[in-house]
Amino acid sequence: MKPPPFEYRDPETLEETLALLAEHGDDAKILAGGQSLIPLLNFRLARPEVLVDINRVRPLAGIDDRPEGLRIGAATRQSALERSSQVAAQQPLLAEVIRYVAHAQIRNRGTVGGSLAHADPAAELPVAMTALDASLIASSGRGERRIAAEEFFVSHLTTVLEDDEVLIAVDVPRAPAGTRVAFEEFARRHGDYALGGAAVVLTADAAGACSRARVTLLAAGDVPVRAHAAEKLLVGAVVDAAVAREAAAAAVRDIEPVGDGHGDGDYRSSVIEAMCDRAIARAAAPGEGKKA
Amino acid sequence: MKRDVEIEINGETYARTIDPRMLLSDFIRHEARLTGTHVGCEHGICGACTIQLDGEPVRSCTMLAAQAEGHRVRTVEALAAGSGGELHPLQQAFHEAHGLQCGFCTPGFLMTLEPLVARGEALDREQIRGEISGNLCRCTSYQQIVDAVVLAIERHGGE
Repeated sequence: MKPPPFEYRDPETLEETLALLAEHGDDAKILAGGQSLIPLLNFRLARPEVLVDINRVRPLAGIDDRPEGLRIGAATRQSALERSSQVAAQQPLLAEVIRYVAHAQIRNRGTVGGSLAHADPAAELPVAMTALDASLIASSGRGERRIAAEEFFVSHLTTVLEDDEVLIAVDVPRAPAGTRVAFEEFARRHGDYALGGAAVVLTADAAGACSRARVTLLAAGDVPVRAHAAEKLLVGAVVDAAVAREAAAAAVRDIEPVGDGHGDGDYRSSVIEAMCDRAIARAAAPGEGKKA
Repeated sequence: MKRDVEIEINGETYARTIDPRMLLSDFIRHEARLTGTHVGCEHGICGACTIQLDGEPVRSCTMLAAQAEGHRVRTVEALAAGSGGELHPLQQAFHEAHGLQCGFCTPGFLMTLEPLVARGEALDREQIRGEISGNLCRCTSYQQIVDAVVLAIERHGGE
């Protein structure tokens, strides 16, 4: 239950960080908040030769309110996101999901970028960022690139990030007027990884019909799952309880969640459907879903 | 490769040469010899090793000691320090409300809760349970722990 030996580097600039990653390639592992990586080291499930700690690279942390939306530094603590008035005002979905992320002690240390780069399909932030059409900014010695959240996650604990790249920020675009959001999940205990959940972003036109929908499912596959079939049913509809039920049923038609000791695949699918139904209904109900 | 570190714990600086893989929990217990911080699961589940880093509760088993350089670490020993043997009000409340049995988890609970009580937050029982969700206790079923926090909050508000 102690980490294996490694070379520890804690650069203070992004340039040094990128040089270390370029030098060590896949022998190096980035340490951000460490709330997933250090347990993996303690269990000896990860044995990186070099640990590149980015906690001293100050420009990587912070939330910047820009005309096009919020830029959230990758090393921003989850608790900073939770306390941010800008996040609460502009991205209520993030303010809502962050309280489901583990426990206060973990959020005080865990980072936004770390959760995204760790890419656990049962984690809340990857699901929320996918629902919000966020872009992830990766940097390497070769330059910067923007990656749509939906393209970022490849499979369980795997992303498109290359060995020499570090995630530096997430851009969360401003939602159009008339947008409402909701998140629902079910976990056996508060703070545990959920058995299933859904993040919903609905934009209504002046007549009250849904003009744009994002439905993203948690723990439904090996990445955050966009429920395109559900979105298609919602767009153009005046979303009421019946439409929400129908869309939730469509959302889980093509998923095959993997069962474990906490519930088999069918049970998990029912949980996800129920959470999806609740989230759609709440996002659509006047005065219920949070205004984005 | 060994590394020289200077780590501030409870206002005192501990200068040591350590292996970078040393966890902060082990530095606190084995180098600083402050054994009030307990080590339970060592993978961020049980919360027994909770300390405060720059005033915020964090788990010392999911941090490297070297990462604490430049930050203020505060452990359970700091709570009653300088009070001439008196318990900290939160500890006193745990004592009176029977908020512990074996006591193994207690330092973690105290370090999690102390900033909340100090901020004077008016939490109801449900909110208190939310705040302690990251700390496991296998003896009390949490009932008396919540009682203790309610008592500590009442007294803090009454001061």
